[in-house]
Amino acid sequence: MAQEYKLILKHADEAGYTPDIECYLRHGGYDTLKKAFAFQTKTLAEGKTQTPQEQLRQEVMTSGLRGRGGAGFSCGLKWSFVDRKSGKPIYLICNADESEPGTFKDRQIIHKDPHQLIEGMIISCFANDVKLAYIYIRGEMPEGAKILNAALKEARAKGFLGKNILGSGFDCEIHVHRGAGAYICGEETGLIESLEGKRPYPRIKPPYFPAVLGLWMCPTIVNNVETLCNVKHIVAMGGAEFAKLGTPNNTGTRIVSLSGHVKKPGYYEIEVGKATLRELIEDSKFGGGLRDGRKLKAIIPGGSSSKVLKAGEKFKLKKKDAEGKDILVETDMLDLPYDFDSLAQAGTMSGSSAIIVMDDSVDIVGALANLSEFYAHESCGQCTPCREGSLWMNKTLHRLTHGEGRAQDADYLVKIADNIPGGRTICAFGEACSWPVQSFLAKFKDDFVAKGKADEERRAKETSEPKKLEVAHH
Amino acid sequence: MSFQATPELEAEVNELISHYPVKRAASLMVLHAIQEKFGWISSDAVQWTAKKLELQPINVFEILTFYPMLRQEPQGKYAIKVCRTLSCALGGAYELHHHFCEKLGLDAHKHGPQTTKDGKFTVEFVECLASCGTAPVMMVGEKFYEGVSHKKADEIVAGCK
Amino acid sequence: MSTAATTETKTAAPAIEKIKVKIDGREIEVPRLTADWSGKLTPMTMIQACELAKTDVPHYCWHPKLPVVGNCRMCLVEFGTPALGPDRKPVINPDGTFKIAKSPRPAIACATPISPGMEIYTKTPAVKQMREGVLESLLINHPLDCPICDQAGECKLQEYSVDYGQSASRFVEAKVHKPKAVDLGPRIMLDAERCILCTRCIRFTRDIAKDDALGIINRGSYNTIATFPGMPFDNNYTLNTVDVCPVGALTSKDFRFQMRAWFLKETKSVCTSCATGCSVLFGSREEKIYRYTPRDNDAVNASWMCDAGRLNYKWIARADRLKDVLVRGQKSTWTAALNELSDKLKKAPVGSVAIIASARQTNEELWLISKLKAKLGAISDSIARVGDADKLLVSADKNSNTNGARLTGICFTEMGVNLQPITDGIESGKIKTLIVFGENIAKHGVNKEKLRDSETVGEVVTEHSLTPELLAKLETLVVSDIHANETTKLAHFVLPGATHAEKRGSFTNGKGRVQKFMKAVEAPGDARAEWEFLHDLVHNVTGQNGFVTIEGLFNQMAKEVPAFSGLTWQAIGDTGVTVQI
Repeated sequence: MAQEYKLILKHADEAGYTPDIECYLRHGGYDTLKKAFAFQTKTLAEGKTQTPQEQLRQEVMTSGLRGRGGAGFSCGLKWSFVDRKSGKPIYLICNADESEPGTFKDRQIIHKDPHQLIEGMIISCFANDVKLAYIYIRGEMPEGAKILNAALKEARAKGFLGKNILGSGFDCEIHVHRGAGAYICGEETGLIESLEGKRPYPRIKPPYFPAVLGLWMCPTIVNNVETLCNVKHIVAMGGAEFAKLGTPNNTGTRIVSLSGHVKKPGYYEIEVGKATLRELIEDSKFGGGLRDGRKLKAIIPGGSSSKVLKAGEKFKLKKKDAEGKDILVETDMLDLPYDFDSLAQAGTMSGSSAIIVMDDSVDIVGALANLSEFYAHESCGQCTPCREGSLWMNKTLHRLTHGEGRAQDADYLVKIADNIPGGRTICAFGEACSWPVQSFLAKFKDDFVAKGKADEERRAKETSEPKKLEVAHH
Repeated sequence: MSFQATPELEAEVNELISHYPVKRAASLMVLHAIQEKFGWISSDAVQWTAKKLELQPINVFEILTFYPMLRQEPQGKYAIKVCRTLSCALGGAYELHHHFCEKLGLDAHKHGPQTTKDGKFTVEFVECLASCGTAPVMMVGEKFYEGVSHKKADEIVAGCK
Repeated sequence: MSTAATTETKTAAPAIEKIKVKIDGREIEVPRLTADWSGKLTPMTMIQACELAKTDVPHYCWHPKLPVVGNCRMCLVEFGTPALGPDRKPVINPDGTFKIAKSPRPAIACATPISPGMEIYTKTPAVKQMREGVLESLLINHPLDCPICDQAGECKLQEYSVDYGQSASRFVEAKVHKPKAVDLGPRIMLDAERCILCTRCIRFTRDIAKDDALGIINRGSYNTIATFPGMPFDNNYTLNTVDVCPVGALTSKDFRFQMRAWFLKETKSVCTSCATGCSVLFGSREEKIYRYTPRDNDAVNASWMCDAGRLNYKWIARADRLKDVLVRGQKSTWTAALNELSDKLKKAPVGSVAIIASARQTNEELWLISKLKAKLGAISDSIARVGDADKLLVSADKNSNTNGARLTGICFTEMGVNLQPITDGIESGKIKTLIVFGENIAKHGVNKEKLRDSETVGEVVTEHSLTPELLAKLETLVVSDIHANETTKLAHFVLPGATHAEKRGSFTNGKGRVQKFMKAVEAPGDARAEWEFLHDLVHNVTGQNGFVTIEGLFNQMAKEVPAFSGLTWQAIGDTGVTVQI
């Protein structure tokens, strides 16, 4: 049976655990930083040497840690891309712009255990020769920003930050930078532009890969809050040990944000892939099942951008049989192990590990309209397909949910959505805003057609044309 | 310029600027600091910021108009922000927003922030506040409220003196 | 052959490695590095390689002289690169070619560097579909007001609609409405609904004009180009934003609603407002000039020109143009006037004639004047015009051909040093005849004030001592000019000249660039190109025959003037040649 496995949130919810440094120190806080500083240059077989920094980065590579922000990219690889020969400073930014709808895991860390993040950051800075780092926290978390600032102040006072940290000769400073209400700032290059004091327009890649041309055109690492916390645990337990957690290629733990129509919404830390969607939703240790008398309609498995799963959908999942041969096993959507690769095989993603559960009380057209309003509001408007397409989809869905639909709107929406993703836009927002529309329409087309048809029939009686409606934007 | 920065604000801004190797990067934080003091950011404040950061006013105006949290006009003493995105909507966010509007004499169907005639409350829908597990959620100023029932909403309003 | 003359401004750079890429199945060898917008050597991008291959890749935001932003997405192409085997070496097909791994995602041609063996596909169904998608997106909120749009006829939305547009829109929603007829500055109007947010205008003014005055406000589909409220967009280069705007969003207040672009005849010419000599196009219709636009010339003005120069064309069609040949105030004919003048000059004792030519005349004209000068033993000079310079294009020298006047020996390096000797000569009675071209010397210079309010170029003619009282002492005052003025009033012979728009010729700019210009419109009345009547006058006075075509005249001049040695009218081409000055 699936269990919670608390690595990151080990102490956060313990009674009496407070976010101040004394409490953190009582729980072994900053010991891992001392351990990192204690690494010695190692002589390798061929007479080559490996610096402590290189060893730390190797541990992260060995751990198999994949980014916890949404894309699931290997953290070790990301670090390996950093241009270390440019002669320019290297920056590290903690992406605390948690704004993927459905996601509320970083909030827990920031509010309850800020020093864990700070320790993870200092270790990551040390491993990458970073002397100046920022925490980009979303504007809507003013309290989180205050908590972090207080924690940074404490860390400075204790000599964990600043000049010559713990006598290691290493200098490092971290500042908090607040956003002001923009989902696009979660995109790493949009975040960098925002931090630079510009409109958060994501940059084109090539040439602006952050590892080479990031913040102020210097090599820059952008990592999610949870990812940076994991770095601390990797260094503490060793990369190989960390890699034993979870499942192959999906190592470690993840904090799953569970919301929507379950009895016990909330955040649950699990070993990656060691629980299925069914367990997360139904098990009393997790979601505790749907509300009484309700049946499952759909799941958005990895934050609002991920493609929706329809209740009862089946997927062919690659597995190894007893002899180690690859076989395809038909798997119900609820039996998908909750990890990066299984959900990718099901044509969706675990994204920011945020599950939104919808039962049969949900108006699926309304749910998509709700999301499309979000994306229309959050498109930065820099590049054409997303700027125009996101609002177009929103207008159509608004019409469809306000009695002005047409039966053909189902096909019409797909055509609009098809013009946006697949590398046509500067950043992944193009995919984020079109995937929900594509997947909802692919799996629940009848609901959309029926809604449009009903409107057409009503209007035929009233002999009126569909009205053009202005949409809400706030 | 009619905008007058207090010595405290000036000091705070100088401290913020010192956090970055490039002054421009302090833009957002400076605007936050101004809004915290004055409640909103006037055209004069934009020009003051631009001068302080050695920028053109349009550079600051570009970001002021991008971020919905930054205000170009005064808002009510209590800014009520109700999350409207999916999980909160599933949890009754629209009904909650409607409840606030009705209670405070505002139009629930009107777009954008609305301020009560007495200038006490501004009510608006905002996008996901990242606390989907305790839907519906909302903020009043910087204070965060989770699982807000209509009864709890009434208490919150009553608590705003 | 001497030759200071070169067609390049920069010395040849070291050889750049060439690489082979395939564009739509056709192999082409292109340099690995090329100049970016700022002139810096950077890896060649797909769009640049496609340009070399003469393969059109539609685009809105990309402009060769502006930083790349990649926001319009019109230039998306498909591509593939040589597949790498386990040994990280390219896999070779049986026929010896590279095995190509096609990228699953498209790339923007404007920002993606090419690599050896790369294959670029610009004509696949997927590429066509992507372009159609972008165009549709750009048009859904566009007002589609082509009938009243000044950009019609030179609009990229219209152009690409032919290839990628649909005859009917499937968009049934309410359009986004944005500000229209926004007064952005003294010379620019913005229609935000027509804007496609390519940011060319922002990049131009920030990165080229160095005036960070424009930005985008609001968010998403509501994004709008704007200035900071209350701060007009008024630098001296604002009108270039109208040129770079691929649609009808930014229009020139001077040109809007004046003429449909497709009626305009385009003539290659040169701006005469300062010594920079920006390459321009005149847009004219039925003998009237409607606009100047800059013409690409990397050796002079890149793709830009200043607003003052651009708008400095109205004097050409002014009502006070000289249209008649006048002899002692009476209307005459060219034949009669030139005969009488020739006779006078032939009889003039050596040293009794002085010439003040204009450094705004053409090389050919100044050279003909120098022939006259030599024959008559005349003293000559020109009048300097100085004003403010800037860091981009505007030169402090407001004469368009100062170097031409120097190289043809009309004036010394320091212009105006002969004006005092001429004054003294007239004063003493030694100089009895003064021939003046295009200079209102009776105004004898002004300092720190505009010469003519109607002119947009703030120019200051340096002060000199030639007063109207002094001119009254002359036996013969010959004046050739464009407009009636104080000096033409005093003249015994008034010879109406032609503006540069009404003739052909060449100028030598402040950096020694010899550029030719073409005739756009006819001169009014009896006004005649100076080189034509100068040719007659020189023939009459010196007995030497010369060329009656501008080509012949230029080529002859090139043989005789050392600095122009080796040049021919043909060879200087549309963008000119730089000579040693």
